[in-house]
Amino acid sequence: MSVTNEDVVRVAELANLELTAEEMPRMARDLNAILGHIAQLNELDTEGVPAMAQVGEMLGLTPAAHGEDLRADVVRPSLDRAAVMAEAPETDGRFFKVPKVIER
Amino acid sequence: MADTLNLETLSIAEARDAVREGRVSAAALAEEHYERIATRDGQINSYLALSRERAFVQAEKVDAAVKAGGELGPLAGVPIGVKDVLTMRGAPATAGSLILKGYHPPYDATVVTKLEAAGAVLLGKLNCDEFAMGSSNENSAYGPVHNPRALDRVPGGSSGGSAASVAAGFCVASLGTDTGGSIRQPAAFCGVVGVLPTYGRVSRYGLIAFASSLDRVGPFTRSVADAATMLGVLAGADELDATSSKTSVADYTAELAKPVGGLRIGVPEEYFGEGLDPEIRAAIEKSLEDLRAAGCTIHKVSLPHTRYAIPTYYVIATAEASSNLSRFDGVRFGLRAEESNTLAAMFRKTRDQGFGAEVKRRILLGTYALSAGYYDAYYRKAQQVRTLLTRDFLGAFAEVDAIVCPVTPTPAFKLGEKTDDPVKMYLEDIYSVAASLAGICGMSVPCGETAAGLPIGVQVLGRHFDESTMLRVGAAIEAARK
Repeated sequence: MSVTNEDVVRVAELANLELTAEEMPRMARDLNAILGHIAQLNELDTEGVPAMAQVGEMLGLTPAAHGEDLRADVVRPSLDRAAVMAEAPETDGRFFKVPKVIER
Repeated sequence: MADTLNLETLSIAEARDAVREGRVSAAALAEEHYERIATRDGQINSYLALSRERAFVQAEKVDAAVKAGGELGPLAGVPIGVKDVLTMRGAPATAGSLILKGYHPPYDATVVTKLEAAGAVLLGKLNCDEFAMGSSNENSAYGPVHNPRALDRVPGGSSGGSAASVAAGFCVASLGTDTGGSIRQPAAFCGVVGVLPTYGRVSRYGLIAFASSLDRVGPFTRSVADAATMLGVLAGADELDATSSKTSVADYTAELAKPVGGLRIGVPEEYFGEGLDPEIRAAIEKSLEDLRAAGCTIHKVSLPHTRYAIPTYYVIATAEASSNLSRFDGVRFGLRAEESNTLAAMFRKTRDQGFGAEVKRRILLGTYALSAGYYDAYYRKAQQVRTLLTRDFLGAFAEVDAIVCPVTPTPAFKLGEKTDDPVKMYLEDIYSVAASLAGICGMSVPCGETAAGLPIGVQVLGRHFDESTMLRVGAAIEAARK
């Protein structure tokens, strides 16, 4: 299968990326080259092989099902709101401000 | 007195003892490093920001403890640099990206807290590939890092600044991160020691995520003994990282004293095939001879799925990245594009202006692999092959105690040499990604030089949570060269 410019546009939309006209053909070319390399995986028969999300499951190290290993669910101090808001591009001190979401 | 210390070769133990015995103050040692950075880092570009104020507050605390005869930590007064993907309250954290320009995180990464609790003086933030995506440090929005051993060559990536700063004498040790080889490969290129701890061994809290099932934090040092000291400080469970492990942490420094005689060393034939530079092959074979001379036995092992590691990695890592990097949208921190009338336009413009080409390429690839109709063909398939790759290692480690192989197919390449071809750049990770996917520990240890004087690293891989054996083998290789 081959990735077209239209595919790149669709995926860019899904990823909230805006690509310039110059970036588009280069991205399509690169994605095709990389996916061509990735196609090697189809040589392998993986019927019945479990999917692995991270290594803990292979070693039986995932947290116990009922949360026995988790820390106690109690209220405790978190980050200082003022320190967090100081880093925001636009804020009223309590909330993050963004451009209008819904037109009325 | 301070002028008796050679900043290029200074070890953690030497620095700590000099501070402890009052031969140099922690503040003077930090200042010497800052002076060296000021005069020489212009041509290397390893530091993105210096945290002078915080460093001197900490140095004075250490100096006061020395005067008072108080308890001193294992890193008391030792100047250390931190890769810019880790947060340090008050210092910038750009992750090498424009999208985080000006961002000052309001909290410390757990590893930063642990280093300071051990007495370390944190000098500043180190350059890296944008969001740790790269094998050459040429993807930093703040300019490439140059290899201190050959300025026209790359230091490796993504932790290029972390490796270069240790090699150039700009800190005694540093922190890097490794997702597919980003500690081991730059360590090999710059001629320093780099350790990839087992997944879960070191907390990721405060690490700006690239691929969460693969990302790990580890040290760069000038010796295996220093790496053992650093790992001892960094390792352990953290309630702020649910994937960190409660598996017990050994006294790595004490473990190093154990002889390596009788250890079984595996050599995977798949790591010595076509494309391996002959000088690197010869250096690795010499290391194997050294291990044999030290009493180890050498065994052939097979890791039959090795050739599938790169395609597996580039599906899984990019899929996780496309998810992790969705948080950079101009709302809560960092860059926000001007003149956006709608929220959707603001997201897109911010991300378009803030991300570099390689980051966009990986987000697109990962989004494609996760999108409807392709999920099973790419993402699920890669997760299944990840199981096969991990089983390869579990099988090999039933027969041997450690695996020895190359870190990279070639020594450090020239700046600009591979930037046009992403697949060529990705193949740079051919010997490092399998260990990343399997979650085992690994390290790069200097084992020689090419005729042109470029450093060569040898990779030692260990069982899950068996950093002790890995470090012992690394130390034996190191000792044979002295």
